[in-house]
Amino acid sequence: MNDLKLPESIDPTAMDGGRSGLLPSRGITPSMEGRSAGNAGAVFRQERRHFLKVSAVAGGGLLIGFHLPLANRAGVAEAAAKDFAPNAWIRIDADDTVTLRVASSEMGQGVYTAIPMLLAEELECDWARIKVEMAPADKAYTNPLIGQQLTGGSTAVRAFWTPLRQAGAAGRELLIRAAAQTWKVKEDECRAENGVVRHKTGQRTASYGELAAKAATLPVPAEVFLKEPGEFKLIGKSTARLDTPLKVNGSAVFGTDVKLPGLLTAVVARCPVFGGKPKKFDATKAKRMPGVRQVLSIHSGVAVVADSFWAAKQGRDALAVEWDEGAHARLDSTTIRKQLEQALKKKGVNARNDGDAAKTLKAAAKRIEAVYEAPYLAHACMEPMNCTAVVKKGSCELWVPTQNQTGTQFVASKITKLPPEKVKVHTTFLGGGFGRRGEQDFVAEAVQLAMATGAPVKLMWTREDDLQHDYYRPATLNRLSAALDQDGKPLAWRHEIAGGSIFNRVFPSSIKNGIDNTSVEGAANLPYAIPNLQVTWVMENGAVPLGFWRSVGSSQNAYITECFLDELAAAAGKDPYEYRRALLAKHPRHLGVLELAAQKAGWGTPLPSGRARGIAVAESFGSYCAQVAEVSVESGQVRVHRVVCAIDCGLVVNPDTVVAQMESGIVYGLTAALKGEITIKNGRVEQGNFNDYPLLRLDEMPDIDVHIVKSSEHPGGVGEPGTPPIAPAVANAVFAATGKPVRKLPIRI
Amino acid sequence: MISLSVNGEARDLEVDPATPLLWVLRDTLGLTGTKYSCGIAVCGACTVHVDGAPVRACVTPLSAVAGKSITTIEGLSTDSSHPVQRAWLALDVPQCGYCQSGQIMAAAALLANNPKPSDADIDQAMSGVLCRCGTYSRIRRAIKQAADVKAKRA
Repeated sequence: MNDLKLPESIDPTAMDGGRSGLLPSRGITPSMEGRSAGNAGAVFRQERRHFLKVSAVAGGGLLIGFHLPLANRAGVAEAAAKDFAPNAWIRIDADDTVTLRVASSEMGQGVYTAIPMLLAEELECDWARIKVEMAPADKAYTNPLIGQQLTGGSTAVRAFWTPLRQAGAAGRELLIRAAAQTWKVKEDECRAENGVVRHKTGQRTASYGELAAKAATLPVPAEVFLKEPGEFKLIGKSTARLDTPLKVNGSAVFGTDVKLPGLLTAVVARCPVFGGKPKKFDATKAKRMPGVRQVLSIHSGVAVVADSFWAAKQGRDALAVEWDEGAHARLDSTTIRKQLEQALKKKGVNARNDGDAAKTLKAAAKRIEAVYEAPYLAHACMEPMNCTAVVKKGSCELWVPTQNQTGTQFVASKITKLPPEKVKVHTTFLGGGFGRRGEQDFVAEAVQLAMATGAPVKLMWTREDDLQHDYYRPATLNRLSAALDQDGKPLAWRHEIAGGSIFNRVFPSSIKNGIDNTSVEGAANLPYAIPNLQVTWVMENGAVPLGFWRSVGSSQNAYITECFLDELAAAAGKDPYEYRRALLAKHPRHLGVLELAAQKAGWGTPLPSGRARGIAVAESFGSYCAQVAEVSVESGQVRVHRVVCAIDCGLVVNPDTVVAQMESGIVYGLTAALKGEITIKNGRVEQGNFNDYPLLRLDEMPDIDVHIVKSSEHPGGVGEPGTPPIAPAVANAVFAATGKPVRKLPIRI
Repeated sequence: MISLSVNGEARDLEVDPATPLLWVLRDTLGLTGTKYSCGIAVCGACTVHVDGAPVRACVTPLSAVAGKSITTIEGLSTDSSHPVQRAWLALDVPQCGYCQSGQIMAAAALLANNPKPSDADIDQAMSGVLCRCGTYSRIRRAIKQAADVKAKRA
């Protein structure tokens, strides 16, 4: 195992409000990364301890689980389970049912299909007959790239790429061995395909269900063979999502849809001012509302518990609460902007320092400077935050749309004082996540209320609660300076960033050498060949709580750096695409997507009058993405007509999902570029619903063409990398159209 | 007591008539396919049909639908065979899926009244139903596909 430092591209999506002291990422182990062709075609020997575990299921079934190589504290699939062992991945029953577990949260990104594809590819089961279920919270399901059971940082496929294919391959080998022993033939005369093992003569066949009981008695294979990419049957082929049938008829169960006997619904009145608390409240009127059962004071405010959501909401509206608004009652966006201006005057910590940028800038014949800024943003998941809890003596059971089961279990354990393993977590479908659902604030409220009432409680947030009590994408102020030589080539680049830190709240220990990597990602990894390159960061934390927002630091740093680069190209009198190409000679994957996007977009070809193109490229979460946006600016309105996207995410599991995630990342980033802004006045968020925090609508949707680079590299992320390039591609197109650089988001003409 | 029909079934409800239809469907009748997201009729996640017309259930009081016929996503078909559902399946439209009941109900209402909608018609009918995952391109394609299927059947 290598050094357990935080890998540069991983953002463990926020945990627990800093209360848990959970460790951040435990690093990428040598067994998980860095092998060419993504470990495909490799032979894996079981080392030291057998991390694969096989056991029998009552009724003659087979269960396959494992330790993840990283998680040496993790659970082991225990012997003969009556039911699905709590930590297994594959279950084969005597009736041929193959059940595959998914430990990553499905929030739209397609893991409910991609993860089973990894297992099924090597298991050679019948894809048409698999069943999928969400895994419970258990250490066996730890995401090896993050060190917790957590879905974030676009890691699900990257993290489970090798171990789940190994688990599938082990199952296949065991079933073949069971057949060979039963038939008294050699194993290499038997083949497994579509849930059946056949002898080469073609005369003997046995289904997986028939072989499962025997396979469960065999020792774990000492080595397993993984397929070469050319042998893949599922991986790399567009595969229909397994959750779509549930999502077209209303039967998919999201957190808000959980039903339990005697279930009560709660809403909470929280102080609108950050850090404020209730001073006193009068619940007389609230308690008179039909259906209201109780009004309770909890850590976050005053809760109304009722028979239904509407009753609870009516009760909350009838509450009279006097707030102690605390220290931030006069905070506003102007003050915050001034704080950032002051911070930018301080000497920052180096996130990168090549050559001598200061000296080069001082001596420069041509020097360019600009100040860029990005606002706070809310996540705005379509499903507002919620959690359903039942707390009984000795047990706690939760139904929750969470991205972080480890954090959920930990927070519930702290509140109930139960050991974490007594907290049972059912992960529902997530109506959007985007980083917001790694937080545990809503879990803590639900658990407190279930304890206080002794009843099953569904804690629901309204849209207003959701937008006004988020953990926001940090607002930042950035000063950029560059020196150009006589040919317009950049000799020096300095990027000074001032802004708040996410890790300071969730994982202070992961701030290394004064740098929160989530604040500088997308800036410190600038790929361009510039000999003197300095990126500094000043941490300026305020009252506004900060969190991981889809693509995190890259969501704004790609905008800032790629737009400033266009300013340099303009100053040099060069085409922005050619200017980039000349600086990317040593970065073939950046160059590959840049050239592909430009070519497919017809870069340089004439456009209808009034239209302009912009281009941007960014690496994030192990993938490379370039986009060309085609825009027009009409009477102060920016309209994006077309986006061409090229993505290199290494080996692709489900191409149609990659396309969907690029479309998704682009729309998420477009909303931010064109509309997104959370502002503060009198200590509170001014926006409250989709009328004043608008989202991109269907009639504003550009045509999007996605092109996937064929690659045999280890898989990269896909949930986030589509987001960073869109704001700069659009802003650069607006710059091309208007001649004025866009130095502040959202874009206002 | 308020009487109405939900997915073809007659219902007599002893519920405060001011309660929004959304919460009657979800909390009283257990029909959770219809979603809450904004509560102020700006996102469309709660779209249902009232006598065939698309309506925002989150701001429609129960009293306003007395005697009327309500269709929710659960009642659009018994087996996901409605042309809109089939097109949604064929194009794998949903991502997180939370807004999709509203999208499908809005699209079904559009096609019921306008079997061959233009892009402008689709813009008009669908722009009030928000999707944070960005499934809009597929929604547009799926509506066109469903329209073609309906045209062929007719």
